[in-house]
Amino acid sequence: MNNGVKYTGIPSEEELLASPGVPSAERLTQGPVAYIECVQEIPCNPCEEACPFGAIFVGEPITNLPVLKGEACTGCGACIAKCPGLAIFKVHLNYTGTTSLVEFPYEYSPLPRKGDRVPCADRTGDHVTDGRVVSVRNARANDGTAVVGVEVPKAFCLTVRTLCRKEYRRDG
Amino acid sequence: MRVLKHPILGDDERERDAHILVDGKPVAAVTGEPIAAALLAVGIRKFRVTPRFGSPRGLFCGIGRCTDCVMTVDGQPNVRTCVTPVKDGMVVTTQAGLGKWEEEP
Amino acid sequence: MRKTQAAVIGAGPAGLAAAIEIARAGGSVTVIDENAKPGGQLFKQIHKFFGSRDHRAGVRGIHIGEQLLAETRELNVEILLDSPVYALFADRTVGYIHDGKEGSLKAEKIIIAAGAAENILAFPGSTLPGVMGAGAAQTMINVHRVLPGKKILMIGSGNVGLIVSYQLMQAGADVAALIEAAPRIGGYGVHAAKIRRAGVPIYLSHTVKGVLGTDQVEAVEIVELDSRWQPLAGSEKILAVDTLCLAVGLTPLTELAWLAGCEFAFVPGLGGHVPKHDLNMETTVPGVFIAGDISGVEEASTAMEEGRLAGTACAEALGLLDGPKAGELKAVIRQRLDALRTGPFGEGRRKAKESLIGLSGEGRS
Repeated sequence: MNNGVKYTGIPSEEELLASPGVPSAERLTQGPVAYIECVQEIPCNPCEEACPFGAIFVGEPITNLPVLKGEACTGCGACIAKCPGLAIFKVHLNYTGTTSLVEFPYEYSPLPRKGDRVPCADRTGDHVTDGRVVSVRNARANDGTAVVGVEVPKAFCLTVRTLCRKEYRRDG
Repeated sequence: MRVLKHPILGDDERERDAHILVDGKPVAAVTGEPIAAALLAVGIRKFRVTPRFGSPRGLFCGIGRCTDCVMTVDGQPNVRTCVTPVKDGMVVTTQAGLGKWEEEP
Repeated sequence: MRKTQAAVIGAGPAGLAAAIEIARAGGSVTVIDENAKPGGQLFKQIHKFFGSRDHRAGVRGIHIGEQLLAETRELNVEILLDSPVYALFADRTVGYIHDGKEGSLKAEKIIIAAGAAENILAFPGSTLPGVMGAGAAQTMINVHRVLPGKKILMIGSGNVGLIVSYQLMQAGADVAALIEAAPRIGGYGVHAAKIRRAGVPIYLSHTVKGVLGTDQVEAVEIVELDSRWQPLAGSEKILAVDTLCLAVGLTPLTELAWLAGCEFAFVPGLGGHVPKHDLNMETTVPGVFIAGDISGVEEASTAMEEGRLAGTACAEALGLLDGPKAGELKAVIRQRLDALRTGPFGEGRRKAKESLIGLSGEGRS
């Protein structure tokens, strides 16, 4: 059964693990870190320039998959809004003893508000858990790509990637 | 339906300053927008019926090439509504077949 | 009769980029377009472009359009709008219509940057209101701020189908599903991932069987295809949607190149019949250049680079740039083009382009 991104639209577990943009299991335990889900060679490199700490490397040719240098990454999240493919996230596995923090790019309106309890979705869009909105950043420089941070139960750190659109409706 | 709020494009603050008639009913539109857009905004999608079988037609290509969207505008038939801008006072009618010029005896 | 050194037909990204190069080199250039506004398809591209900084990566198509127009204003490039071109005469006079009256533009060189148009699919019910091109839907939501429908089914998993599905959701519509006849997704995985995250299912090996409705689309019947692309009886599904968008490819708009007497080649990878051109984007008719989707369907980024290449070559042919200087500029542009035509998505286009140029002869470089 073909289960790669070319067949489902979702990067498979294997594709993600093989990707140089995904942090190691060890690095995940060491504080917030970028999680780059870029698994196809497309000519594209704004992520490299976006990182103020030089933790993302693409080089030449620009079709190279971005390499995340876990030790250099501080988890600042600057790269999230810069990826034209909206393929970069930030995760903080050990945000608290029982919860993780997941930050994702979000380009829909209305934006959620800090403190909201929201239905969270995995890469298939299914509602897998509820979370609490911890941050909503919509810097002008990011031209409409907001970055939303949600606190979710730890088990969902590597699965939650967005708000559940099918169930998230807020007026105004 | 108009998209009044948009995460990238912002709020649509244009005034609906053009008052047009569509099959005799008043519709408020934005001066300069394509007639087709003004109609879609109020949920009108059937723009004409074909000459032989009376089949409904509406917007298709959106760039003025296919002529599926033509209607009779200010007495002139076969006006491509996807590329013709709205003017205040325009009279738009669902076209039956090839349409008729009003001046014809 | 108007006169100009270079007439650029089409004010999209390729045409504007070409005009800017000619104007920068000191030439007089007139851009002529049938639309009421310049920019071609750029002003509906509200997503951020890919590529590198040189390709304006990370910038939304609409802003790239604004940047190009600002440059044309700074350089005093003349742009004639609402002026469909209907003739290209052998002496390089361009015949056009404006305000119901004929006009003529006499040019020394011509660049045809007329772009491409969406393909059509025919099936029972395909003429019902509510069935439209994905580009038509995109124009309505992003340029005119109106929804063409509320519940959408998208056909086609190339970048257009994937991106327009996303943009329809940004505009507030519901996308019930995206179907693709091939057994794999045609466009970028990252674009597909965005719509999957929003809960839009992607049905591969599916096509439309028919559309149901009296005055407009009320439902669409889809059917699965087997490995030989034949419908599988019994696999039909009915989806209650009010709109069906067709994102089934683009074909170059080549009428003017045919009129001009250019030789053509049939290159499926580029969208069909395309005018032959050399490394300078010059066709087999001396003094007639092409750039952008008319020379092969790709994307806005490559259209701009081809426009720059054609503009530079045109300026050289007009004697505005000497050989070495033009050679330098063209080499840089070709490098940027090559960078865009690499990887699993770009390679096929690069090979198709190389075969087209090969058929045309190398030309001057």
